[in-house]
Amino acid sequence: MHAKRKKRLTIVLFLLCGLGVAVALSTYALRQNISLFYDPSQIAAGEAPGEVRIRAGGMVEEGSVKRDLDSLKVNFRVTDYTASVTMQYDGILPDLFAEGQGVVATGRLQPDGVFIADQVLAKHDEQYMPPEVAESLERAAMLKKTVDKPAEGSASGY
Amino acid sequence: MWQFFHKLGSPRWFYGIANRFMPWLLVMGLVLTLAGIVWGLAFAPQDYLQGNSYRIIFIHVPSAFLAQSIYVMMASAALVTLVWHMKLADVFVKAVAPVGAVLTFLALFTGSVWGKPTWGTWWIWDARLTSMLILLFLYFGVIALGSAISDAKSSARAVAVLVLVGVVNIPIIKYSVEWWNTLHQPATFKLTEKPTMPAEMWVPLLLVVLGLYLLFGWLAFYRMQTEILDRERRTQWVKALNKPQGAA
Repeated sequence: MHAKRKKRLTIVLFLLCGLGVAVALSTYALRQNISLFYDPSQIAAGEAPGEVRIRAGGMVEEGSVKRDLDSLKVNFRVTDYTASVTMQYDGILPDLFAEGQGVVATGRLQPDGVFIADQVLAKHDEQYMPPEVAESLERAAMLKKTVDKPAEGSASGY
Repeated sequence: MWQFFHKLGSPRWFYGIANRFMPWLLVMGLVLTLAGIVWGLAFAPQDYLQGNSYRIIFIHVPSAFLAQSIYVMMASAALVTLVWHMKLADVFVKAVAPVGAVLTFLALFTGSVWGKPTWGTWWIWDARLTSMLILLFLYFGVIALGSAISDAKSSARAVAVLVLVGVVNIPIIKYSVEWWNTLHQPATFKLTEKPTMPAEMWVPLLLVVLGLYLLFGWLAFYRMQTEILDRERRTQWVKALNKPQGAA
């Protein structure tokens, strides 16, 4: 390669590396601002500010959704499988909202640890499958549960 | 290898070679894209969670994928412009920037239409969506800067610098869903792992991606030819093209 071109190539690559490092450092410093929501474990650790509107997200805990019978009020727990936070919401939930599915809620964390949400968005994962496959997976999981349960029952029964 | 590289520097040589490839690119591209889209929209199975609304993936993912891929190609061409001062590299950047912008817009638009029924919102300022919007503005910037400077040499260099600076955004887009908490789900396709969808879903998706690549190739060649004719309109060979052939 021509010496002049080699020099130009070195300069360009050097500048690109420098730029990359600068952007990496600044996005790393701003990571909490770039992240869309707080995990339940961050909230449990007290990293999330109270008094201001924040977003919190995680999985809706199985069996935790309690709907009010004569209003749109709903109560549920959101977990990241290490900690969980109770959420209260008054409004229409997105279609994909379900137990075991992800949500991102905007609202305020109360001093008692309850999160009052004014917006709940559904977060879905990168898994796609036909309904038949999902059904058979569910059936397999149910089967496993019924196999596990008697064993548990007998252990505690004695 | 080096000889090929030097030949690439000749717009006239490229003009001729592009003519040979273009019909193939167009036909194969159309066949693959149409096959993939019809398969995906009409015959692929529904999703267990989203039903039919997930089918927008067959437009959303290919356009987002190509939008980023085109930018990476532009950045490689920009490096060639800066280091080797090759005219054809600049022709490529100028020719494909609008194509990339359209595909980025399409990805954002289809994503928005998809987001409303699934997430419950048209737009959210999460890292993936925001960095994709930045990509759109980068494309706009490249187009605007290229047409703002009339001197070909300084225009080529200024655009190349902007394109290269913007390339840091590409890994940010790609890894945004892993580095930060986002509403957007992580990638379904990874280089090292099996896709998290069955073959009757990912095969049509792959067909659309391949088809769009070929169509992009055709469009890039076509637009580059136009750009070359415009730049070289005073040269002998372009004037010769305009003369009626075989006339008495």
